[in-house]
Amino acid sequence: MNRRMVLYRVAQMLFLEAAMLVLPLGVAFLYGEMKQALAFGITIVVSLVAGLPAMTVLKPTSKLIFAKDGFALVTLAWLVMSAFGAAPFVISGEIPNVVDAFFETVSGFTTTGSTILTDVTAMSHSMLFWRSFTHWIGGMGVLVLVMALVPPESGRSIHILRAEMAGPVVGKLVPKIKDTAKILYIIYFVITITEVGFLIAGGMPVFDAFIHSLGTAGTGGFGIKGDSLSSYSPYCQWVIIAFMFIFSINFNLFYLMILRRFKPVLKNLELWVFVGIVFVAAGIISVNIYPLYGDAGEAIRHAFFQTVSICSTTGYSSADFNLWPSMAKSVIFVLLFLGGCAGSTAGGLKISRVILLFKLVRRDIRKMSHPRSVATVKLDGKTVEPAVVSGVSTYFAVYMIVIAITFLLISFEPFGFESNLTAAITCCNNVGPGFGEVGPMNGFAAYSYFSKIVLTFAMLLGRLEFYPVLLAFNPRMWLKK
Amino acid sequence: MKVVIIGCGKIGRTVLARFVEEGHDVTVVDCNDRVLDEATNVYDAMSVCGNGSDCNVLKEANVQDAELFISVTDSDELNMLCCYLAKKMGAGHTIARIRRPEYNLNSLSFLKQQLDISMVINPELLAAREIYNILKLPSAVKIETFSTGNFEIIELVLKGNSALTGMRLMDIRNKYKAKFLVCVVMRDRQVYIPSGDFVLREGDKIGLTAAPSEIIKLMRQLGLETKKAGNVMILGGSRTAYYLASLLGRDGHRVKLIEKNAETCMELSETLPKAVIINGDGAQREVLLEEGLDTTDAFVSLTGMDEQNILVSIFASTHKVPTIISKVNRSELTEMAGNLGLDCLITPRKIVSNVLVQYARALENSMGSNVETLYELMEGRAEVLEFKVGADFRQANVPIRELRFKENILIAGILRDRTPIIPSGDDVIRPNDKVIVVAANRRMNDLSDIFR
Repeated sequence: MNRRMVLYRVAQMLFLEAAMLVLPLGVAFLYGEMKQALAFGITIVVSLVAGLPAMTVLKPTSKLIFAKDGFALVTLAWLVMSAFGAAPFVISGEIPNVVDAFFETVSGFTTTGSTILTDVTAMSHSMLFWRSFTHWIGGMGVLVLVMALVPPESGRSIHILRAEMAGPVVGKLVPKIKDTAKILYIIYFVITITEVGFLIAGGMPVFDAFIHSLGTAGTGGFGIKGDSLSSYSPYCQWVIIAFMFIFSINFNLFYLMILRRFKPVLKNLELWVFVGIVFVAAGIISVNIYPLYGDAGEAIRHAFFQTVSICSTTGYSSADFNLWPSMAKSVIFVLLFLGGCAGSTAGGLKISRVILLFKLVRRDIRKMSHPRSVATVKLDGKTVEPAVVSGVSTYFAVYMIVIAITFLLISFEPFGFESNLTAAITCCNNVGPGFGEVGPMNGFAAYSYFSKIVLTFAMLLGRLEFYPVLLAFNPRMWLKK
Repeated sequence: MKVVIIGCGKIGRTVLARFVEEGHDVTVVDCNDRVLDEATNVYDAMSVCGNGSDCNVLKEANVQDAELFISVTDSDELNMLCCYLAKKMGAGHTIARIRRPEYNLNSLSFLKQQLDISMVINPELLAAREIYNILKLPSAVKIETFSTGNFEIIELVLKGNSALTGMRLMDIRNKYKAKFLVCVVMRDRQVYIPSGDFVLREGDKIGLTAAPSEIIKLMRQLGLETKKAGNVMILGGSRTAYYLASLLGRDGHRVKLIEKNAETCMELSETLPKAVIINGDGAQREVLLEEGLDTTDAFVSLTGMDEQNILVSIFASTHKVPTIISKVNRSELTEMAGNLGLDCLITPRKIVSNVLVQYARALENSMGSNVETLYELMEGRAEVLEFKVGADFRQANVPIRELRFKENILIAGILRDRTPIIPSGDDVIRPNDKVIVVAANRRMNDLSDIFR
């Protein structure tokens, strides 16, 4: 374990976070929020000072990074980043409690969008901006951004990319890791700005447009109104639907489109399964909730909004689906698990894993009737490596176990089975809202501190896809050998 | 520069490592997923799994945009086909590894022309040439020549009885009156660019540049062997051994080749009528002693196994064979063998990657001052490059003592109209000169890189 190199990278990340904090600082000055500006200023200085020793005195002697270093680094970086990210909330007194502030920040960075705030409208502009900006940073991954900006010291940085980016297989777009990270962030940035433009064109105030674009881009879901997006115009809601969908598509496909290679995009099974799931789910919900609204257009809009929002693990809402009939709620419950495509900013199980799981089931059932049959699992015309295939089933097992444990740990809360179960699922999948007490119009404020800590870790586990966090909390990892 | 490498075997991986280190955008293609995984875990490169002669695979590897395409799979034919396809798809320069003697002897130029291959590399032939160079001057552990052959750089190991140990470099120059320059020294695995008051010690490995005739003169003065090795014993009937034996045979050396496999021996005896082919196990001391290990001038160990090469070479050194050369392919073993007292090691895949890097650097700056030749010295810790000075060279006609060089850089020689000049502070660099530069622990692409 190369502890110095891990610290060095974490310090680099801290410096970057300090740079990022300059943006909300600017917002604070813009709206004349001096108390908040001071909070951001203090955090910037403290993170720079904290990062300094690892960058200077403890400079690593060897720059080699192995797989386990990558895992440890990513976990540590995310914990440190969340701790420093929570500081402005505490210092400014807007979220005075440390556990609450940490929950809110982790929820931001992991792009969950679950909130402990009871009245969002009471927050200052700069804090709201920082809250949503954490979505944007966490969506693509902060260490990926570090790699885009700082030249990687060794080729082995692929381990960091793998540990931070979601999906069963993480590949590069171009030979160099730095260029790959750059391309991803440029695509990310351009689409975000496009969304801002569309929202402003639809009459949304500029500040709101930025907040919601940042929230959509990271598929996070922090809003600035108590009723999320219900009060905005249908046009704005459709724009949000479109962009929530776009941000849950594999970013590699955008790159292929830029290169004008449309064939692999059109043949991408994951994309079409995702489209299929969205349309089928939205169709069922539309029919089911039609009597509630009495207007086909409205029913379809609400159905699509909620479906895409949950599928992309964003968590915005245009209507309170707690009040919907049980058929629609059941569909949404299933969607909570699925998530978006691999290689996007969406969380959840990921469609490609779901596809692989189904293919695996089919193969194994066939094997039961033809014990001697030999079959390979294929995806997009390519054989999926046996290691990846078995990795997916193990992943699914870990995923279910973590959800179950989270659910059991918070089950003493007095909010009933439905609320507790969906709270666990929504946090593990980084979606945001659940049913009952944690529905789209409420939050996690009523939960005890213990449950908040458990759910905070559930969010981290879900965002980093379990293994890095589980490995980092194995003390043997940190020993010298 | 965008580079595509087909084949991620021993050679492919070494080339990949070098090119990534040089900062190129490398995509590597192989049909073994696991090998690719391992390689991309360590090196910052992209991988495509598949057959290199499959157009879709090549397209996925973006061959159409590649400036350099290198095919180094096991199969000559596959390499040729890959290069042909890549060229047709729009790759800039193509390099194929072609090893079989049949292709190399007769049809190579025709093949190159017809398939539009920019360069053919033959690791075995390159290794054989390097060994052959050493056998011409057995006291050196490495000899490299620069363009037109008017300048050489040799590596020597200072043994305990050497006249040079304990001397300051400036005194050596005054004492021997030979025109040469000690340009790089390796001591305890550290490389130094020495100044005039540097004192040489026993065990130092020194690199010196001079004209070939001066080197012979200096060697004589030092009392070192200057005659080429007359009797050469080669262990192992590999392709390298074949090329080496035929090179040596043409030059009048007496070659004895020991090979275990009877069939290989038959083939070799057909193609190498001048050499004595022995069918026996070279790992057995009786065989070696019976065939005259004690009286041979040089012993070259070229079996396929690094470990065997090292062990047999150590055995040969206990029998006081004057020159011992062993082929060691794995880098971790090279260091070990060096510690065990074997100075003269040949690593074919390193030779190949040097040649390829040299080609790539020359491609990179096809304008201005050009890298004409590039060699690695001191086990890869230093580089020596030959640049052609362009007409627009800014520091032209400035005395060298007034030029400000970066650290660890030395001008080791100037070639002007084929006349070698050992530079002193008063010499100048002129346009159309060829400048030989030694650089320790850094890389250079252009002549302007050496100045501050």
